Amino acid sequence: MASTYETVAGIISDTCDIELDKITPDSHAINDLGIDSLDFLDVAFAIDKAFGIKMPLEQWTQEVNEGKVTTDEYFVLKNLCANIDKLVAAKAA
Amino acid sequence: MRLEYFQMVDRITALDIPGKRITVSAQVPDHSPVFEGHFPGHPILPGVLMIETMAQTGGWLVLATMRLEKMPFLMQVEKAKMRAFVEPGAAMEIEARLEHEGSGYAVIAGTIRSGGKKVAEADIRYGVVPFPNDTLRAAMLDTARRVGVPEELLHG
Repeated sequence: MASTYETVAGIISDTCDIELDKITPDSHAINDLGIDSLDFLDVAFAIDKAFGIKMPLEQWTQEVNEGKVTTDEYFVLKNLCANIDKLVAAKAA
Repeated sequence: MRLEYFQMVDRITALDIPGKRITVSAQVPDHSPVFEGHFPGHPILPGVLMIETMAQTGGWLVLATMRLEKMPFLMQVEKAKMRAFVEPGAAMEIEARLEHEGSGYAVIAGTIRSGGKKVAEADIRYGVVPFPNDTLRAAMLDTARRVGVPEELLHG
């Protein structure tokens, strides 16, 4: 079974037409991979479907806008994957 | 329908929020300036207005699901197919199914039927955001009553 990171990297590669070998766990989806908001919508939809979750994008955006966290918390892929794992675990609990 | 005002939905005929479905009716007008240009001697409903009609239908489902607390704005259209001409005076039935209610976005699948056959379909995505101002929210509430959104869904 693919890891969370492998699944997310595959989704980003397919959805945004980015070669898989250019994507790493330390890639920032916006700053490094250049994913814009419309493409990120596709990525979010594919992640929600693949993991059966609802990523709280509005809450995350609010936290960034309020300066509570930096975008790294949600857009660096290893961090995004950790947040996805938490949502999956919370759903299973 | 009042094409010049982008009023594409006449009436909600079925709304099933738990089942994530809506059906609406739309009567294509016999006459409209739109048909003078699209096309001379061969008036048909423009495909982009079929897409807009599906987008508005799905939009009402999203609005009703969220009790008109947020506004869906069209962001993306995929797999749009216009399968047949729709002529002035045609009656259309439009159905939308909520495929996914994400955080700040929603995804629907829409279809239009007319004359007993499917004439158009599309997958549509919206950004779902707070109303940008009170004017739009008030106008949407008025329109919600006109198209038949149940009153109990209009009060948050």
